[in-house]
This record gives sequence, C-alpha cells and structure tokens, in this order.
Amino acid sequence: MAKPIFDIPNLDEALKTPAVKKGASAHLKIHPAQPPLMEKLGFPPALVEGWQKKAVEKLGELKEKYKSLKLFMEVCVKCGSCADKCHYYLGTSDPNNMPVGRQELMRKVYRKNFTVGGALFGKLANAEEMDEETLKEWSTYFYQCSQCRRCSVFCPFGIDTAEITMAAREIMDSIGAGHKYSVEIIGKVHDVGNNLGIPKPALQSTLDFLEEDVKEATGADVKFPLDQEGADVLFITPSADFFSSPHVDSLVGYAKVFHAAGIGFTFSSHASEFANFGMFVGNYDQMKKISERIVQAARDLKVKRIIVGECGHAWRVAYSFWETLNGPFDFLDVKKPMHVCEFTHDLIKKGALTFDKTANDEFTVTYHDSCNVARASRMGDAPGGQFEIPREILRAVCNKYVEMPDAVNRQKTFCCGGGGGLLTDELMELRVKGAAAKTSALKTVMQEKGVNTMAMICAICKAQFSKVLPYYEIPMETVAGIHQLVSNAIRLGEK
Amino acid sequence: MGAIDVAGKSIEVDEDGYLLNLGDWSKDAAEVLAKGEGIPLTEAHWEVVNFLRDYYDEYKIAPMIRILTKEIGKKLGKEKGNTKYLYELYPGGPAKQACKIAGLPKPTGCV
Repeated sequence: MAKPIFDIPNLDEALKTPAVKKGASAHLKIHPAQPPLMEKLGFPPALVEGWQKKAVEKLGELKEKYKSLKLFMEVCVKCGSCADKCHYYLGTSDPNNMPVGRQELMRKVYRKNFTVGGALFGKLANAEEMDEETLKEWSTYFYQCSQCRRCSVFCPFGIDTAEITMAAREIMDSIGAGHKYSVEIIGKVHDVGNNLGIPKPALQSTLDFLEEDVKEATGADVKFPLDQEGADVLFITPSADFFSSPHVDSLVGYAKVFHAAGIGFTFSSHASEFANFGMFVGNYDQMKKISERIVQAARDLKVKRIIVGECGHAWRVAYSFWETLNGPFDFLDVKKPMHVCEFTHDLIKKGALTFDKTANDEFTVTYHDSCNVARASRMGDAPGGQFEIPREILRAVCNKYVEMPDAVNRQKTFCCGGGGGLLTDELMELRVKGAAAKTSALKTVMQEKGVNTMAMICAICKAQFSKVLPYYEIPMETVAGIHQLVSNAIRLGEK
Repeated sequence: MGAIDVAGKSIEVDEDGYLLNLGDWSKDAAEVLAKGEGIPLTEAHWEVVNFLRDYYDEYKIAPMIRILTKEIGKKLGKEKGNTKYLYELYPGGPAKQACKIAGLPKPTGCV
C-alpha cells in the first residue's frame, strides 16, 4: 500500500455526524476524458461553444423525458433527513456531499431556468446560472456520489440522488466534459467486448489456465468453455473475474457449480463483460449498446438461459433495464436473466449440490450488501430475496456466519466507497474516506464476533475493499466472493 | 499528461504516470518509473516485469493475477507464488504498479 497523503478517518467516529467543513473535498478532481475517448462514444470531444446554454437545454430535455427528475427537482422540503446518510459526507465532512447539498447543485440551475421565482429573484431564491463555477462544482461533486441510493431510503419523498447524479453526468458528457475512467472503459467494451480490453486469445488462454489450475487442485475436469454453441447457459460475468483476485475465486466457484449440477454453460468472447458503465454515465443509449452484445451472443450461441455473475450495478441494469432496453427475452426458458446466486440457491434447495462446510471453518464470515443489489433490484420470487438468497447460500457453505449491525445492513447498507464509476486512482482519498462507514461496521463484527471474512457479490466492492481495507489495517484477504466460499466447500462428482 | 526524463530523453506519460507510447519503454525507463514509485528494482522485481512484458507481447493485455503468481512461484519458489508476495514486491498492487514499471497500459475496469 502506498503511503497516504491525507488523514485516514478514525473508524470509532465514522458513523457519527461530523461538523460541516466547507470545501473539504473540493480538491478531489477527476481526470477529464481526452477528445478521442469522447468521440468514440459520440460525445463532443471538448467543451462546446455555448455550453452554458446547451447544458440548460439538456437539463430541460431530461426533466421532460424523466418525470422523476422533474419531481426530484421540485419536491425537496429541506427536512434534513438525508444530511448524514451519505458515506462521502460522513467521510469528508464536505456539505456538498450531503445528498441535499449535492442535489442543490442541480436544483439552483433548475430554479433559475425553469421556475418563475428563480428567474425573477435569482440568488435571493437560491437560483443560479450554469456558469464556470457551477460546472466546476458539478464536475467535482457529481463525481463524489456513487449512485448508491442510500439517501433515498431515508428521504420522506424518496428523492433519489443517484438519478440526479446520472442526469448531471449525462448533461456534462453532452457538452463535452466527460470522466476518463468511465468513458475509456465504455469505449473498450465497444471495441473489444469487455472493460479490461481482454482480446479473445487472452481470454481463451486465461480459461485454459483455470481448467488446468482447478484440475491440479481438485482432480476434477471442471470446464471453462468459450463460445460453445448450443450450451444450455450463457454465463456473463464482470471481466474483473478474468483478471483480479479475489474475483477469480468466484469464477472458479461458478464453474464448479455447473460441473457439480451437470449443466452445460459457455462464456462468450463477444459478450465478455457483465458490467455496464452506461449506467454510471447516465446514458441509456450506451447502456443499451453495451447489453446488446449479450443478447446477440445469447442468440448466436443458441442458449436457453442467461446467468450472470457477481456484479452489483450490472445486476441492476439486467434486472431493471434489460427488458425495456433490449427485450423481449421470450427466447429464454425463464424469460429474463438469472443471477448466479438464484441459480446456486435453487440447486441447494433441490439438494443437487453437496458441501463440506468444514472447508470454510477457518473463516468467520459476514455479508456486505452491495448497494445496487440491495436497493435497486431483487432476486428470486419473494420480496427481500436479494437479501436472503445470498445469506442462505453463505449459511449452506459456512459453519460460522454472522450479521453486521442492523443500522448498516440490508437496505441500509453503506456503499463500499468505490461504486458508481468512482473506482479510479485519482479519487483514492475519496474512496478511502467513503469506505470508513462500512469499514467501521466490519471492524465492529471483527472485534465482537471474530469475523475474518467479508463476503460480497460485486466486482467493484471486491476491488475497492481489497484496496482500501489495508489503510485501516485490515488485511485485503478479508474480502471474498460468495462463490469463492461455495468453491471451497462444494464437493465435485458427488451428489 | 506529463513526461519523465530517461537518460536525458523526455518520455510522455499519462495522468497516472503510465507510458503513453509502449515503444518508449527501456530498462532505464523502468528504473525511472520504479524510482517514482519508491521501489528499488531487485531481481525478483525484474522477474515480474519481464513476465508481464512477454505476456503482453503475446496477448496485448496484462495476465490475470493468478497466472502471474503461478509463474512467479515457478521461477522463484512455490512459497513466493502468491498475491501476498507480489504485494511485498509491489505494494501498490501487482496489476497497477508492476504494469506501470513494465511500461504496460493501466488495467481498466473494476480492478
């Protein structure tokens, strides 16, 4: 771990509401997307002439297109319920990171241009023009929101800051001011098929390596097939699973589940990414184009089902947007995408998998609810399935499982601090500070219940916690995928 | 964007200090990049750098971390074939920091 050049929050204070420090995180800036990256996505290469007017026009267009945005601009009564609910406010003390403060950055432009009071009384009515100062604030603080939606749980009107942030980023992209991290990655998906830019021969060699590696470790012929036409299932997973640790351990887990259940599956080199950063930039055209690759692969490979791996925001995209953007999915047996946790859970219920739970006895496990799974989707048939299904899997494969405190669990979970397109090195200070809230909860169960493993089902959460936990003197090995623990315990070749 | 000085020659790097043109890499460049990261390059560091470069040469992408750890285990002994050892060599992470010194592009995505 590199030596930090900023203060690390004290975890014992991390859940307490801090005193406001104006401008405390104003220095945290994103890398702008360079012109060729912007052009690849059809965005203007650089700030366009007359961008002030064009930004307002775009806001006007979006408020008509998405009634929710208009509502969110108009219904806030400044009750303050959201003020201390954002992990970035708790971690930075910057009032623009209070959800209401962040919303106000857009609302003041909205008032000036779309309300009578704002047009007439300007600053007296908290209304301001879109100008250089405002754009500077937008390009700072709309990249200090991870679109986690925790604030919306506590807002009496259900105002969703995530949607406001998405709209703000879409407006900025439309005038030529983009963020390198997401824009570059989306370009790679269009060019190569995945966020990392792994070409097919590299993907093939990676999967071949894993087949050998698992054979060496278990003696079983667990397959990792690529582009296998006629397989029952197309498996789509975040490309981090083909690259990072501990991500790959869950990838091995998925393959072992298919092997043990005797169900054929295939990866696709055309659709080698589940993540969908179209969501982070708030652009439905990009979102659609990215997921279109998956639909195409499913049709080309003539599969009966699409099952998806451990990725939080992409599950939101698949669960909530695929049908509208890329549907109908009537060519699939279940008519919709299926989460790998639903798949494994069903097999456990049917008694189709056998586990040796003692294989995980060295771990005392807790579960981190990832925000997009917890607050923006569901799993299975019953309400709350997105909370219970992962936990039931963990209890089926581990002897020692404990919950985190209720105040930060299930729908009240805190973001890992790196979601929503912020998992980038120039924002490391924000990421470390934003992780303090959830890490303090982890530390509590580590101290009180002996937890040494935090399981999760999101590639971003895994990468973020692996990186930031060491700042809090917690080992990166604490981070695990659910299917990594499944992988440890599953018995192959026995029913 | 910026530049680093390698034996009197200015070489362009991106915002995060990765070489813009992969062809600009040389052993001297690696030494300069490593110095910027505060890492004195030992033989073990070079094993990682050389493997990353060979793999990239063939596949146009950095290898999965597990492929790297296994390779290092083969070269330097089984007890060193793990992520922990790679982080001892490259505290900023084998993927990002070692790629930077090897002159490879920064890995992108949920990593």
